[in-house]
Amino acid sequence: MIQSLIRFIIGGAIVSVFAIIGDVLKPKSFAGLFGAAPSVALATLTLTITSESLSYARMEARSMMAGAIAFFIYASLLSCIMMRYKFRSIVVTLCLIPVWLGVAGGVYYLVWTR
Amino acid sequence: MRIKADLSALAQTKWHDYAVRFLFGGFITALAGIIAKKFGPGIGGLFLAFPAILPASATLIEKHEREKKESLGLNGTARGRSAASVDAAGSSMGSIGLFVFALVVWQFVQRDPAWIVLAGATLLWLAVSVAVWQIRKAL
Repeated sequence: MIQSLIRFIIGGAIVSVFAIIGDVLKPKSFAGLFGAAPSVALATLTLTITSESLSYARMEARSMMAGAIAFFIYASLLSCIMMRYKFRSIVVTLCLIPVWLGVAGGVYYLVWTR
Repeated sequence: MRIKADLSALAQTKWHDYAVRFLFGGFITALAGIIAKKFGPGIGGLFLAFPAILPASATLIEKHEREKKESLGLNGTARGRSAASVDAAGSSMGSIGLFVFALVVWQFVQRDPAWIVLAGATLLWLAVSVAVWQIRKAL
């Protein structure tokens, strides 16, 4: 419980810092780079390294590559849909989360469990 | 196109927008830890690249751009959507840097000092992301 609370605070803080950096930068396409900052990864890996082992952190980083591929597809689809269709971004970002989950899980299964 | 920092943008963001991003980021980080504990680092590691910032940022940008246009008496809906699309396109370029971050940590975290690997991977994320952005702009 305490461990989850520490993760929550550190994760929230790092995500907020990268989000604020993205807020102040222009042009918007450049600021968008910070939407893909390794914020959750930095918080999680820092805690993993201190509380678990380096091999555990290595396993997490390996899976993260599948998550990053899914992120690329998620963000690309979001960009296309927002440009072409008249949906609100909150709706599109949330509806695309299952796509991220599916691609990340699919890549992980195909590359590392078969 | 010149890259610049506009600190006045911070004043446009309300405290609850910051709170939402803090809560969402904290929740995803805690969730990644819980999933890793329950299902192992293989499954938990996927969530290290979860889009934790993008949903809130895109929504916020859409809202700011729409409000900016509407304050001039114009319909800002299309402009808001377009700005959110451009932001998401930037994030898709940043995700290439995110992949490189993971690759570097995977390859070096057991061989070299972990803190140096994390710092180096973060710098490399930024360098690769900016390089991809510049290449995209040049095309």
